[in-house]
Amino acid sequence: MANIVYTECRGGQRFWMLFVGLLVLVAIGGLSALYMEHNGHIVTGMSNEIVWGMPHVFAVFLIVIASGVLNIASLGSVFGEMHYKPKARLSGVLAITFLVGGLAILVLDLGRPDRLTVAMTNYNFRSIFAWNVILYSGFIGVVLAYLVVQMTRRWAKFTPHVGLAAFLWRLTLTTGTGSIFGFLMARSPYGSAVLAPLFIAMSLAYGLAVFILIRLALESSASQGLGDELLQRLMRLLVIFVGSVLYFSGVFHFTSIYTAWRVDWEAYLLLDGGLYTLLFWGLYVILGTLVPMVMLYGRSGISRTREIVSSVLVLVGGFAHIYIIIVGGQAYPLQLFPGYEVASSFNDGIVARYVPTLPEIGLGLGGTALALVLAMMAMRLFRLLPKGEGESYADAA
Amino acid sequence: MTDRSQSCGGSCGCKPEAETVDESRRGFLAGAAMAGASVIAPGVTLFAYGAGEAQAAGADPKKRWGMLIDVSKCVDGCTGCVTACQTENGWKTTGRPATDPQWIRKVTLRDPKTGATKSAPIMCQHCAEPPCADVCPTGASFKRADGIVLVDRHRCIGCRYCMMACPYKARSFVHEALEDQKPHAPRGMGTVEGCTLCVHRVDKGVAPACVEACAKSGGAIMFGDIADPNSEISKVIATYATMQIRGDLGVDPGVRYRNL
Repeated sequence: MANIVYTECRGGQRFWMLFVGLLVLVAIGGLSALYMEHNGHIVTGMSNEIVWGMPHVFAVFLIVIASGVLNIASLGSVFGEMHYKPKARLSGVLAITFLVGGLAILVLDLGRPDRLTVAMTNYNFRSIFAWNVILYSGFIGVVLAYLVVQMTRRWAKFTPHVGLAAFLWRLTLTTGTGSIFGFLMARSPYGSAVLAPLFIAMSLAYGLAVFILIRLALESSASQGLGDELLQRLMRLLVIFVGSVLYFSGVFHFTSIYTAWRVDWEAYLLLDGGLYTLLFWGLYVILGTLVPMVMLYGRSGISRTREIVSSVLVLVGGFAHIYIIIVGGQAYPLQLFPGYEVASSFNDGIVARYVPTLPEIGLGLGGTALALVLAMMAMRLFRLLPKGEGESYADAA
Repeated sequence: MTDRSQSCGGSCGCKPEAETVDESRRGFLAGAAMAGASVIAPGVTLFAYGAGEAQAAGADPKKRWGMLIDVSKCVDGCTGCVTACQTENGWKTTGRPATDPQWIRKVTLRDPKTGATKSAPIMCQHCAEPPCADVCPTGASFKRADGIVLVDRHRCIGCRYCMMACPYKARSFVHEALEDQKPHAPRGMGTVEGCTLCVHRVDKGVAPACVEACAKSGGAIMFGDIADPNSEISKVIATYATMQIRGDLGVDPGVRYRNL
């Protein structure tokens, strides 16, 4: 048995400087949303062809990270890896704040964000979107309960059960997020059940990369180390998760190539898609997957620089991956008349053009900053961070 | 394991302090609570009032309105149906096709093997199993009892998931503020719209505007009750080979094409 001493962050100069900087970004996000709502989506790069753009890339990225970052807590409560227990509180808080950041972007990008209450009071249960409203709000509730049982001595005995519920909920949530695209049967780039496990793998990898970076950021200004052994474990885990994303991505594309009406899309994406092909191979496969795997695989004593660079690359590749799925998937024209060359006043048969505008990027960055601001507020208010954790997990082991 | 809570030892990068009551933390909490209450309160009030139900009064469940488009009669270059729809429903183009409303459009098809070209109007296909209605989180996209697929503009939140799901590119999102709307075709910035099959005319026993306009030129569009085997449209469908665009998806469009 080991004593884990948790502390809140009282906030030093660097803490508050970062906090204010992020608040500025949140304000920019808010102003961007206001500008878009006042003028309509005409001020964005989105259109009737690319109906979901940069805000949705940010939002899905944050939501995927939210479910993945909770896995650190699950490793302790569900899989009995007690070395991770000191990280569980921060893991749970980040899961909530990243989800809130992602949802804020989604809501503020709505054509009528003022009708949010309509979405909360009218459910079409045939819609995976409606289920996601329940899954997302339920996730926040379950993770809050998970945090409460972790942080109160009286209910600590329930931690494994609530932890298991949170783990199962997060799996369902990411399945729901992947299914948003998986259920779109009319579009060649989507409509595959493989998208659900692919999104789960993405959440594991990108959530872990975010957790590693945040812990390293906290450590860099701390008087005590994070604990090399645990970090080495996390980096090894990151290699497995990034490899899993590549595996499911491979299955997704290979099965698409086998499907006659999807071959054209695959040929476009993998060979002729210009920017999308470049993003796929250059950013996602090479920089975001293979390079970090080579940097981390089979190494002991990984340097801090290597840890930071590989985690950042995983996230850059992940963002590009989601951009390809969301924007690239819509840019490819719908196949209404297979075998025919088509032309119309609505760009039928032509790859749609999309250039994100500043308000879209501002909204996305604002949502990301909101996730971090809320996390910092939680760290300031609650005792989430283990003190001297280097010794604690050594004892637990 | 037992958990204990103590003051920060600096592990988060802040300065360790003596174990005293942190007044600033209390103040921060109080401020956060007030800010939270001011954000949540208006939402709770709105929640209490709820939202209206989509109305489909007057629709006859024994009918299924549909169209048959004879592509061999559709004149290449003629956009009479498009113009009639614009005039009837009050939408117009601004020269930006990607963001302009596109309730109905003419599509030109070319067979690359033979070089033969055809032309046909595409609009909402008023599917029996509309994917747009399936995916709509609020039920704003719905199918009337008589098969007409509509958007309840008061319930649409502008999420555009229906546009992602529609196999026909038949829905448009209103990207900018509108003026001079028709009372029978309410539209609004931030919501999704599409062909209503001129439901306001159909409910009065009048054919849609595109059908009326086309009758004056090629007469390519036939309108009627495809659930009634004795209707003219049903008899033609029963006699000649017709097809549904992307019929393979199983959504059973109410618009059929002949000679395509």
